Amino acid sequence: MISEFLRNKMAIAGLIFISAILLFALFAPVIAPYDPTHIDTKNILVSPSISHIFGTDTLGRDIFSRVVYGARISLSIGFIAVGIAVLIGVVFGSIAGYYGGRLDSIMMRFVDMMLCFPTLFLILAVIAILEPSIFNIMIVIGATGWMGVARLVRAEILSLKSRDYVTCARVMGGSDWWIITRHLIPNAIAPVMVSATLGIGGAILLESALSFLGIGVQPPTPSWGNILMDGKSTLGVAWWVTVFPGIFIMLTVLSYNLIGEALRDAMEPRL
Amino acid sequence: MLKVIAKRFMGLVPVFFGITLISFFVIHLAPGKPTDIQTSLNPKVSYEARIRLEKLYGLDKPVYLQYADWLKRFVTFDFGRSYTDDRQVSEKIAERLPVTVLINALALILILGVGIPLGVISAVKRGSLWDRLTTIFVFIGFSTPEFWLALLLMSLFGINLGWLPISGIRSLDFEYFSITGKALDISRHLILPVFLSAFGSLAGISRYMRTSMIGVIGQDFIRTARAKGLDEYAVIYKHALKNAVLPVITLIGLSIPGLIGGSVIFESIFAIPGMGRLFYESVMARDYPVIMGVLSIGAVLTLLGNLLADIAYYYADPRINLASEKEL
Repeated sequence: MISEFLRNKMAIAGLIFISAILLFALFAPVIAPYDPTHIDTKNILVSPSISHIFGTDTLGRDIFSRVVYGARISLSIGFIAVGIAVLIGVVFGSIAGYYGGRLDSIMMRFVDMMLCFPTLFLILAVIAILEPSIFNIMIVIGATGWMGVARLVRAEILSLKSRDYVTCARVMGGSDWWIITRHLIPNAIAPVMVSATLGIGGAILLESALSFLGIGVQPPTPSWGNILMDGKSTLGVAWWVTVFPGIFIMLTVLSYNLIGEALRDAMEPRL
Repeated sequence: MLKVIAKRFMGLVPVFFGITLISFFVIHLAPGKPTDIQTSLNPKVSYEARIRLEKLYGLDKPVYLQYADWLKRFVTFDFGRSYTDDRQVSEKIAERLPVTVLINALALILILGVGIPLGVISAVKRGSLWDRLTTIFVFIGFSTPEFWLALLLMSLFGINLGWLPISGIRSLDFEYFSITGKALDISRHLILPVFLSAFGSLAGISRYMRTSMIGVIGQDFIRTARAKGLDEYAVIYKHALKNAVLPVITLIGLSIPGLIGGSVIFESIFAIPGMGRLFYESVMARDYPVIMGVLSIGAVLTLLGNLLADIAYYYADPRINLASEKEL
């Protein structure tokens, strides 16, 4: 499977880009040439040059430094929100799939209902009421994005639970908990990983949209979304404030999508 | 057929009430009250006045009673009055709804009209230059923050080139135009919002269409059709397309919540007075009746979209028995 994945050049490119962004996030203080929140009134809206490779914004802050620090926020929101979604989805899906019957149909009705929500409306309402903070954003994106994972896990478990090895485990006296956590979930997790990889990209996009609406990460903390938003009013005179963070969002999400697709192809040779 | 539709429709009613129930509790159980802005943040307002205000809005009752009240009024299509300007919520929504529905309907037509052919051609010419180009387009479509693209296109076409208007849905001198002039004016204003609303889903639908079509082309009945001497056009567009388009139809139903949600973003970028903007404004003002009203209408639109997708599915494939099918 790994060799299958490695043959996909685009996915490798994605992996390299993601690794670079991770390094940016980890070593932000070393890589960023300036303090991302340092206001420098002498250098307002400087166009990209050697001293400020991505230029500066209306407060004279260095865009490159802000993008590097913003990677920390945007990536951690992506990871943690998807972690929450996977956790809820796996628990929900495995209970529904394993116990089946009435419980399953009620639980899946609930999933159908959640899928009918205009998610962005719900997220907007919750965050605006709860006060926008990084913590709330992670929770809310996670809590509204688990349905796909739940469906995947349920479908996998439905097909796994009647296999001989599961029956065998039950005959040997394994409890439901033991069977679900030791036998079913480990075998159902592969498609979840694909969906999680694609989900990280989605969560990063969602965070940037929320920041753009002004209810995401609050200034002065830089996230890719709010750096971009800062540039909205000066787009006509200073394109660099908007363009660079946007390119970083796009390439990061693109990389996660390429990696996710490659993982899927590697696991499902049929297509 | 009517009976089937009625049955499906009845199945959507509990889903609708579930959605309103969750929305209601999430909004009302959050800490703080909408009256805080007028009362506790204002030192001139006495404790008694605050209690009176809460009583007026029914905010002093337990949440489940408030929901029961809301439901009772909802059944008579009464969403209550807005906290901010005391106008009927239904009236506020009614003046905002048409623009949003128009933009989303046009976007949906664009998604289907362009996405499906794009996917089919990619599948038929798999591995060709065309296929590779559309694949690149699809991946970019999936990854681009749409509001960012909106800003860039707005600044390119609206400011640098000056071809398209950048805000609102009509020009200032709209009243003086002839009927064709008015239609032209509105469509010029809608080009960018519609294109951008469609952009993300367009990529998704064409990708699914391609995958589905490739799956169908590999099947035995296509080989049979070719073997009996049908020309390639008939094989692809009569035999394969009909079967491949089925799974895509259900996806359309699922993409409606995304479209409606996206209207918050595009309406705020292009200053379009639609439902998304109304929602944003009401959320910022904690105007509970309006928030609930817009969420309910959004849910109704989504569920109707799903119902339409089900019906389309039924027409495309009469083997599907909608009445007995539990989950579609």
